[in-house]
Amino acid sequence: MSVNPILLAVLVLGLTGAVFAVVLYIVAQKFKVVEDPLIDEVAEVLPGANCGGCGKAGCRAMAEAFVKQGNMEGLKCPAGGEEVARKVAALLGCAAEASEPQVAVVRCGGSCDKAVAKNHYDGLQDCAFASSMYAGESGCTFGCLGLGSCVKACQFDAIAVNPETGIAQVDENKCVACGACVKACPRGVIELRNKGPKGHRVYVACNNKEKGAVARKSCSSACIGCGKCEKTCPFGAIKLENNLAYIDYKVCKMCRKCVAECPSGCIEATNFPPLPPKKEPAAAPAAAAQPVKAEEPKA
Amino acid sequence: MKLLNVSGSPHVHSDESTKKIMWRVNLALVPMLLVATAFFGLNALLISAVSVATCVLVQWLIEKYVMKTPSTVCDGSAVVTGLLLAFNVPATADMIWLVAIGALVAMGIGKMSFGGLGKNPFNPALVGRVFMLISFPVQMTTWPTVGKWFPMTTDTVTGATPLGVIKEGLTHEGATIQSVIEANNLPSLWDIFLGHMGGSQGEISAIAILIGAIYLLCRKIITWHIPVSFIGTAFIFSGILWLVNPDVYMDPVMTILTGGIMLGACFMATDMVTSPMSKSGQLIFGFGCGMLTIIIRNWGSYPEGVSFAILLMNAVTPLLNRWCKPRRFAN
Amino acid sequence: MKTFAMGGVHPEENKISTHAAIEQFPLPKQVVVLMNQHLGAPATPVVAKGDKVKVGQLIGEAQAFMCANVHSPVSGTVNKIDVCKDPFGLPKPAVYIDVEGDEWMETIDRTPDIKRECDLTPQEIVAKLKAMGIVGLGGATFPAHIKYSVPEGKKAEYLIINAVECEPYLTSDHRVMLEHAEEICIGISILRKALGVPNAYVGIENNKPEPIRVMTEMAKKFEGIIVEPLKMKYPQGAEKQLINAITGRKVPSGKLPIDVGCVVSNVGTTFAVYEAIQKNKPLIENILTVTGKMLAANQQHNYQVRIGISYADIVRHAIGELPATTGKVISGGPMMGKAMSNLDGPTVKGASSVLIMDESEATRATEGNCIRCGKCMHACPMGLEPYLFSSLVRNGRYEEAGDNHILDCIECGCCLFSCPANKPLTDEIRLGKNKLRAIMAAKKK
Repeated sequence: MSVNPILLAVLVLGLTGAVFAVVLYIVAQKFKVVEDPLIDEVAEVLPGANCGGCGKAGCRAMAEAFVKQGNMEGLKCPAGGEEVARKVAALLGCAAEASEPQVAVVRCGGSCDKAVAKNHYDGLQDCAFASSMYAGESGCTFGCLGLGSCVKACQFDAIAVNPETGIAQVDENKCVACGACVKACPRGVIELRNKGPKGHRVYVACNNKEKGAVARKSCSSACIGCGKCEKTCPFGAIKLENNLAYIDYKVCKMCRKCVAECPSGCIEATNFPPLPPKKEPAAAPAAAAQPVKAEEPKA
Repeated sequence: MKLLNVSGSPHVHSDESTKKIMWRVNLALVPMLLVATAFFGLNALLISAVSVATCVLVQWLIEKYVMKTPSTVCDGSAVVTGLLLAFNVPATADMIWLVAIGALVAMGIGKMSFGGLGKNPFNPALVGRVFMLISFPVQMTTWPTVGKWFPMTTDTVTGATPLGVIKEGLTHEGATIQSVIEANNLPSLWDIFLGHMGGSQGEISAIAILIGAIYLLCRKIITWHIPVSFIGTAFIFSGILWLVNPDVYMDPVMTILTGGIMLGACFMATDMVTSPMSKSGQLIFGFGCGMLTIIIRNWGSYPEGVSFAILLMNAVTPLLNRWCKPRRFAN
Repeated sequence: MKTFAMGGVHPEENKISTHAAIEQFPLPKQVVVLMNQHLGAPATPVVAKGDKVKVGQLIGEAQAFMCANVHSPVSGTVNKIDVCKDPFGLPKPAVYIDVEGDEWMETIDRTPDIKRECDLTPQEIVAKLKAMGIVGLGGATFPAHIKYSVPEGKKAEYLIINAVECEPYLTSDHRVMLEHAEEICIGISILRKALGVPNAYVGIENNKPEPIRVMTEMAKKFEGIIVEPLKMKYPQGAEKQLINAITGRKVPSGKLPIDVGCVVSNVGTTFAVYEAIQKNKPLIENILTVTGKMLAANQQHNYQVRIGISYADIVRHAIGELPATTGKVISGGPMMGKAMSNLDGPTVKGASSVLIMDESEATRATEGNCIRCGKCMHACPMGLEPYLFSSLVRNGRYEEAGDNHILDCIECGCCLFSCPANKPLTDEIRLGKNKLRAIMAAKKK
């Protein structure tokens, strides 16, 4: 019996294809997962970086949570910011929760010249490991170790260790405040704070909870817990706890009076125009207050 | 006074280093280079030099301009690859420039494209050799005849390897192994053991390979597991075939002494990077290499199968590492 | 000759201070006694600023289960109760005492006579160990009273005395055995009685022929003490490895020695036990080796040191200034000891040495790529795969590392020691273990 080989090939392949198609169809029907198509749509507008900043396993899990809940209460995509929030709100048909944009802030000012290295670290380049083993090169058990665990954790290339200061530095234009670095830092140096109007922020660049004299021993710009800033602040935004001052960013009005008061200079004010050069020490507080007045109406 | 160092324990280190291991492997390859020079003359040295120089240059260039990492050419691993590649090609005049292409492929594609030393899944020298075997089949299977010692000039007459001769001879009607051996006046077993036969530069002399391998064993750079299971498997498997039909299948002693089994088992399959780490994994790895070699030799289209066998088993290495865990304490 | 089943390495021995007889270290002006010198919770200070204390007086009381009493190592006035930075720069609660004279508690027997008989019951022995603040001196500083109260349903069959001293450089156990063999044997007999075991095995590595001879001879005078010379291999002094070497038994993953009927005690601890039970002397002193390749023969010392003396004082008294090329100062041996960053920190119970290392010896070589040679795996005495942990930890896959039994690691350092690419394997495994424990603790909640 002889069959035309062309015909045979067509028949064999055609039949196999048909059988597979039927099997695939049956399997697809049998194991079909019924899923709200809205989840796909929401997942589509999320950034897709799977940074975990929302606390969920990834963007898809976050989309599921959004759809399951039906509104946005308590759920926030820090990486996406307001734009994504608006889009998700439109899809879910609810109001977007207004939120202040935030940024990661490194609360350590112990640069190489201020927190002088007293030993040389020669082990695994990982902050959690070094921190579990000893105090660190400067002897400060609270400050930035500069080994870059936060850098590895950041999905957005927004944080890097400055080779000159030896401290992690946030690029506020890239930072989406997902909080990955906050979790990665074994010493809790990094904090998410409101970005502030025009990027103006005032914060204590120190995390040292030791007594002043001890803290001072390892770093000249350590907060010594003197409480001057607390007394100076006209708005009650500064609290002293465990020998460490903390500025509540929700209360702070950015008057910067505390900056001038701090004896160790550990209060940092970012993105403000430079202060006019001091003429004499007595004029300093007045000069510091000057630009604030000009800004208040804008803010 | 300088600042005190701080690091986790341990604070002392054995005197082992990657550099030492690689240069010791190079030292172990020297006997083969000497034998190759003895039988093939200046060509052997030239090919080795070109191969090594190309490998080192390619690694240096890639590290400097592509990867932008500190150069690691001093660790000697490029020299190992270069020498092993040179040992896997015939010592003909053509090879002096062809081997440079092989070396480029071996280092560029076989090793550096994966990230350099330690990252490559396949033995780079074999990648280079197989590339050349497929790209330049004629040049790669043209062997110089071995006649006199220390030839100063290369022979223009080309001979063949015992394996090639037998494979070709058996295709004739009514031919048996014995008739082919007699008709072609193949070298005696003793000559084969010494290396007085046609073949790639490094694979010819079993005795030179054994000297190198024993040195590596003493230095604990290789363990006995892979060579013994590779050669043992090849010996037993080919022995069974030979007992079944000695007319078609070569006897096991000849099998393991000809071709690249000795070189492959002692130097190529034992490459740390591409072979399994646990002892049980190494035994399986060697077994697989031996089986595949004999299968390819007897039923494949190539007369020699060591390179392919090792490359195939290299692909299985990650799985072997997963399956063959070391025995845990109290388990 | 016996040794443990798998893995192990042979680091250079460097036992250069074996010749130095034990000297009494002079009293400093001030001591700082940390409240957590042991595994577990810190002790609670029971003295106040301005109090006068005598040598051996209780100053820190164990209130938690896993805790040990702390006694004053000197006589004088309590200066303050504050935090103190330990030799690694980490703040710890501490009692500062200004030294005045050397007045001991009247209960302590300071005569040189050896007291051989002990008529206490096992319960009384354990209670006394607890009162005297005895902890294991082999490194882990495990409170002794917990170790010697065998839990319900378990039975001790072997008492194993760890006189292996497998760490290079250390010679304190070596010297104690030479100088206090009889006291050690009495201490062993007391521990035997406390546990109710027929025999005690003293494991000594064969690189110490002199202590083996002295101990074997002394053991003949006692009942049920067997000296067992062992083939030299690091980490023979690790608990699981030593049990394996002497009894052939293996402590399973996650279990304690008592689960296979063994209790292991360091030889230094047995000496402390003798002094505590027979002489009423709490644990206030350590035998401490000061050594290093770069030190001259007359700078090698074995001291009997009160706890709470700062390392800086010890170094100053022993060798004067640190040599200019000092690279590292290590508390403990080179394989498992910790590099110190703050020499002003005080010594604690269980401190065994001050090891001074040269820069060239102490600096880690540059890390290269893993060449998958498997040396780490073959060196691992627990049969683990350090190279695998390294890549899993680098990629944050801690739970997968857990599936591969990362928690079985005893951190002996054999993997890093033998790695030709100088990968910080031991560091990575420690990090992985910490992270995994944190994950497991979070899951339990």
